[in-house]
Amino acid sequence: MSFDFAALATIAGKEFWDRIRSLWVLAIALLFTVFALAIAYFGGAQQGAVGFRSMELTIASLVSLVIYLIPLIALLLGFDAIVGERERGSLDLLLSLPITRSELLLGKYAGLAGALAFSTIAGFGLVAVVLSTRVSLAGLAAYAGFMASSLLLGCAFLSVAVLISVFAADRTRASGLAIAVWFFFVLLFDLLLLGLLVVGGGQAGGSALPFLLLLNPADVFRVINMHALEEVGALYGLATVFPPQLADAALLYGVLVGWCVVPLGVAAWRFRR
Amino acid sequence: MAHTASRDAADAIVEVRALHRHYGAVRAVDGVDLEIARGEMFGLIGHNGAGKTTLFRMLLGLVAPSAGEIAIDGVSVTGDGFRALRRRLGYLPENVVFYDNLTGLETLRFFARLKRAETRTCLPLLERVGLAHAAGRRIREYSKGMRQRLGLAQALLGEPRLLFLDEPTSGLDPAGIRDFYAMLRELQATGVTIVLTSHVLAEIQQRVDRLAIMAAGRVRAVGTVASLRAARQLPAVITVEAAAGARERLRAALAGLPVTVHEGGATALAIECRPDLRLHVLGVLAGMADAVGDFTLQEATLEDVLFAADGGPL
Repeated sequence: MSFDFAALATIAGKEFWDRIRSLWVLAIALLFTVFALAIAYFGGAQQGAVGFRSMELTIASLVSLVIYLIPLIALLLGFDAIVGERERGSLDLLLSLPITRSELLLGKYAGLAGALAFSTIAGFGLVAVVLSTRVSLAGLAAYAGFMASSLLLGCAFLSVAVLISVFAADRTRASGLAIAVWFFFVLLFDLLLLGLLVVGGGQAGGSALPFLLLLNPADVFRVINMHALEEVGALYGLATVFPPQLADAALLYGVLVGWCVVPLGVAAWRFRR
Repeated sequence: MAHTASRDAADAIVEVRALHRHYGAVRAVDGVDLEIARGEMFGLIGHNGAGKTTLFRMLLGLVAPSAGEIAIDGVSVTGDGFRALRRRLGYLPENVVFYDNLTGLETLRFFARLKRAETRTCLPLLERVGLAHAAGRRIREYSKGMRQRLGLAQALLGEPRLLFLDEPTSGLDPAGIRDFYAMLRELQATGVTIVLTSHVLAEIQQRVDRLAIMAAGRVRAVGTVASLRAARQLPAVITVEAAAGARERLRAALAGLPVTVHEGGATALAIECRPDLRLHVLGVLAGMADAVGDFTLQEATLEDVLFAADGGPL
């Protein structure tokens, strides 16, 4: 069966403009800008210094904030993509049109991802512009990496959200599931790994642990950004525990892309049945 | 359309053969055969859970049959030709809910793009369903009736040749219902085939050409309202108000006929007779006009047909 990109674009366009018109994009972009600027200028306030210090420390602080925020935003953005249409009664109408289920699902994802990307790039990009005169080229490159990985982190959790929206029986359950997924990946996962490490006496699980981090897109995001920053990497002592094969940026980005593709693929497979 | 046979199938736009849809042990649709002729207005009626919604959703290709075949205009609804086919279909779901944040016109344009219909036809369509004045208003401000009209406008995008309307008049006031059917008749006059469901039997029976009665996943009867009545031999009821002291004379005169007579009140008689005996009974009454004060004739309604089909074997 042929694939109709025009149909996909129509669906995506509606999702995107819905978020623009509802000021969702503006609100999220502002949120990112305000947080990023606040961290850049007041991140060192505890040490008694106010003002911009370094891009590396700013990114390090931003990462620990974004790692909570972006997965939550992405999950809330996408959890009702399909189940919402189903509950509203508009899904049958959409599917009675000359459009396939895959086109509908991927169109939804593309539109929502576009809105998220727009907010992320505009929100954090504005900060880059503001700081550009005071930062080295390397600092800007690291910040670009931070933005790119933030974007992928959002797309990964959006992919999981769309998967939830296909499986969930109703919106209420979908929202509960979305929160549970957030809680698991952002809060619980690292604790479980730590528990594993302690139980294993730091020996048994020790060598496998870094690979287990790849199972969590939030951790992959953290590792990407910690590695990009030598100063911070030393601070965290990452170089000592991290196997060199996992320090490969291409691998880490590849894993994040996988997190965008696989849940969405499962969602599309399930939705077609 | 390539039709191999020259028989009736050439005139059937919807053909359903041995159609089943089972959900576990539940047989939502349990062996349905149906043909709907090109250009007819066809009604599908039945109680909730009778299987008409599941049948509708299979006709639209929204649900895959467990077994059986569906051809629309000679083409499978889920096959390679589904896009071309669906452009010629219009669908109005039951309780249609649109996107609250869009205006009527934006909604129509969105669906027009998906259906590959001309977006410049949207405004004229809104005029046609009487919503031109609300084209720029958000749907959250629309009443139920307005949403239903918008739903119809949406179904008419791309000048479909076949319309599936699920409970299309729910939410419309009597004037709206009248306008709605007037519009359907106009469409029918241009050759559009219309398939609709309704639970308001009185409304549908005056308007459809043929109808199918569904119960427990099966089509229990198909035909015109008249043929269904005749096939069931549902009794007509003739109520006679007897002239003073004449009731026993009337009873005696009716005694030889195969009718059931009940007494009502002090002077009335209710005569239940087979439809083909109506004239005969009326003839008897006319022959003794001095004994008859007044009378009414009540035909079996479609509702009686429905309950008869529901209750027992055919």
